[in-house]
Formats: sequence, C-alpha cells, structure tokens
Amino acid sequence: MSAATVAAPAKARPARTRGPGLSLGFGVSTLWLGLIVLLPLAAVVVRSLDASFWTVVTSRQAVSSLVFTLWISIAVAAINAVMGTLLAWVLVRDRFPGRRLVDLLIDLPFALPTIVAGLTLVAVYPDVRFTKWAVLLALLFVTLPFVVRAVQPVLLALDRDVEEAAASLGARPRTTFRRVILPALMPAILSGAALAFARAVGEFGSVVLISGNIPFETQVASVYVFKRLESDDPAGAAAIAVVLLGISVLVLLVLRLIQTWGRR
Amino acid sequence: MRHVLRLTAIGYLLTLLVVPVAVVVYRALEPGPAEVWASVTTPAAISAFWLTLIVTAIAVPLNAIFGVLTALVIERSRSRGRRLLDVILDLPFAVSPVVIGLALVLVYGRDGWLGWLPVQVLFSLPAIVLATVFVSIPFVAREVAPVLREIGDDAEQAAATLGANRWQTFRRITLPAIRWGLATGVVLSTARALGEFGAVSVVSGKVAGDTMTLTLLVEQRFQNFDLAGAYAASALLAVIAVAVLLLMTLMQRRAEA
Repeated sequence: MSAATVAAPAKARPARTRGPGLSLGFGVSTLWLGLIVLLPLAAVVVRSLDASFWTVVTSRQAVSSLVFTLWISIAVAAINAVMGTLLAWVLVRDRFPGRRLVDLLIDLPFALPTIVAGLTLVAVYPDVRFTKWAVLLALLFVTLPFVVRAVQPVLLALDRDVEEAAASLGARPRTTFRRVILPALMPAILSGAALAFARAVGEFGSVVLISGNIPFETQVASVYVFKRLESDDPAGAAAIAVVLLGISVLVLLVLRLIQTWGRR
Repeated sequence: MRHVLRLTAIGYLLTLLVVPVAVVVYRALEPGPAEVWASVTTPAAISAFWLTLIVTAIAVPLNAIFGVLTALVIERSRSRGRRLLDVILDLPFAVSPVVIGLALVLVYGRDGWLGWLPVQVLFSLPAIVLATVFVSIPFVAREVAPVLREIGDDAEQAAATLGANRWQTFRRITLPAIRWGLATGVVLSTARALGEFGAVSVVSGKVAGDTMTLTLLVEQRFQNFDLAGAYAASALLAVIAVAVLLLMTLMQRRAEA
C-alpha cells in the first residue's frame, strides 16, 4: 500500500498531454495544499525564531531527547531493513498454509490507531514499560509494514533466470543471495527503511503511553515538543519542531535520490 | 534454512503484533458482553464516537476531491510547479503529528496568524478537521497518480478529439479507470482519519462530551486507570481497523482483476 507508493516521482510524459486546461486545477490544488499544509508549517518556522533558537535546541534536555530519538530511529530502520526483507522473502518465496493471512496482517499497524498500538504493548509487556526497550517495541510495531511493502513487489518482479544461472555456475545459495538478489532489492530496502526512519523520528501516539517520558532516559523529541507546548512555551516547542521538520525534509530528499538510483 | 526463515518471520509477527492485539481484544471482552456494552455506550463514549464519525465524514470527501485533482495535476499538467506539488504532497507522511498539531496552534491560536478569525477554530471541531485533513491528505493522490500514469492519456485525448468537454471526459473516461485506486485511497484515508491521535490531541482541547474523539477517549480512560474502559474503546477501534484491512485487500484484488 502507501509505503511503496509514497514519493514515487512522476515519469516524464509525452508533450502532447492536455496541459493548459489544468492550470486552473493546478492553482486550486496548490492553494489547497498551501493553506492546509504549507501555511501551518511556515508558522512553525517563523515562530521558532521568536525563541532564542540555539539556546532552546542546545539545552541539555532538548539535545538528549533529539539524540535518543535519532539513535532509536536508526536502530528501528536497521531492524526493519533486516526483518522486513525477511518477511517479504517468506511471503513471496515460501509456501505455507496461512500465508495470505500473514500477508493481510502486515498492514495492521497502518490501520490500527497508534494509541491502540501503544496500549496493546503496555497490556502484554508491562515489565518493559518506562524503558528504552518499550520505545523500541512501539516504534517497531508502527513501522513494520514499510520495508515489507517496499520490497515485496520488487521481489515478485525479480527475474529468476539470473538466480538459476548463478546457481548453475556453481554459486551457493548464500552467494546468490548476496551477489544477485540483494543488490536488486537494495533500493527498495533503503527506501522502506528511510520511510520507517522518518516515521520513527516523528512518532507520538504509540510512544506516549509506554515511554513514561522520563527526561534524559526515555523522552523522545515529539513528546518533548508536546510537553513544551503544554507548559505554555510555544516558541520553544516550535524550535524543536523545526529540527524535526528539517529531518523530515532531509529524509524526503534522500528518498528521491534512492528512487532515482533505483531506476538506473 | 527455509523453515528457520519462516519461523523467524512468523515469530516476529506474533510477538510484536498478533499477541498484543489479541490480548487487548480478549481483555476487552473478558468482563462480559453487558459490561462491554455499558462501557462503549456511556454518554462520553457515544459523543466521542459521533465526533469521530463527523470529522471523518468531513475530512474524507475533501481528501477524495482534492486528492483526485492533485493527482491529475501531477500526472497530466505541464506546469513547472507540479514537481514542487509532488514534493509538498509527501510532507504530511514525514512530519510528526505533534508538529502538525503545534503548527495549527500557531496559526489558529490566540496570537496566531489567523487568530483573528471570527469563528472558534482551535479546541473545537474545525481544528480537529484541519488536523485530520492534514495527516490524511496524501493518501488518495498517492493511490490515484500511479493509475493515471499507467493508463496514459490516449483515451482521454480520443474523447477530447471526438468533442467531449473536459467534465465529460473526466466522468466517462478517467473516473471509471481510476475507481479502484480512488477507492483504496478513500479507505486508507478513512482509517487514518478515524485513528489519528497525535495532531488531534494537540488541537482538540480534550473536553469530554465535546471535543473528545475515540482515540483521545482511549488515552483519557487509560490515564484515569479505567483499564477495562480503555480496552473496550481500543477493541472497538481494532475491529474497525480489521474491517478496513479486509476492505483494502478486497479492493486491491478487484483492481488487479
């Protein structure tokens, strides 16, 4: 679903398409996106300048929450890269009863509200509550589909002749996987992992119940922004938010690069 | 080797996903049907349910209309700005829900840019709708755009050549071709609208019986140590999620057929 289709850049189209008539449409959709999406985000950037931006962003608590968020998101992206590829592999290449049910379940984290995801983990793993493991678990839950759904279609479309050729030339299965299959899957794995990373950096709902929000321990950046706003410091909240916004934009750019690379 | 992979994959899904969700549904139903019914029909729960439905009923049609329009512009227009539009469209997927909520507070709040508007936006229905539209804005366009690219515009051109006006071409040629993509986008958008928590929790004000949505109710009950109540509301949301999943699979199968 959306994981694979996010950020698919438009292909060059023939020049004869009916363009001029859509200029009104272009105006309307730009206005709509501008009003709903860009105007509020611009307000965050402008407001962050009110606070002494660097003082807020380099305060100990802000740095600690941002560093923790980044590290745990990298871990989440890495685990997803491995487990997501494995899940996609099993779904495409393995045959076992219940495979379609497993395929259906992969999308559950996209359909389930994040607050419910957090609550389910609290209910089943009460011992990890208020630890870094809890945050990791919650983030893995909500990001599970990204890599699977990015890799699956690529794996399905992969030409098996090459693998058979490699095998007939004496390559062991491991070598075939490492030298033939993995390079073909790499762009998909990376873009899935990048999406998972972006989601993990900004995630709020699933983390808020389970993390305990302990400063210097389990406090993630998004919850810190929320706390700042709650304690009536919108400018400070905006400063941290700008850092998060910067990371989001960076990830989107990286995604475009990966996709351009994948098409070559 | 094959069995090791299979067991690892299934084990991972079970521990992370299936067991937790199943346990919550089980715990929700444990007190017995009468208790569960009472818990999801308290005045606060009914009001939260209705608010969630109303917000979804406003946000999803808006997303559908503007989503199709945006997809058409990205795929069919020649204007230079369409690439930029394409990039902006990804932002809601990448930006944290809390940042989205904060952004709306800064625009519509007391001393915000549009704080002078005569209607109360923040901490009431309009802000909840704005937050919901923001987070779910890309789904329809992202499902419809690839379909538009795939079908090309030959049929549309032919219709135009034969004298069909733009609206006729859209209704008779384009819309039937994109219907399953549109339907999938609508389902995804609905799921996100029903389940949004972060952005809504910042802008809603969380007034019980007034601006409390279902997901906010789950949080509030949990924090008030009403675990059974939180589980019951969660189970209700989980049931909706599973229904969405089934619908989506059904639609993807139809689209492929």
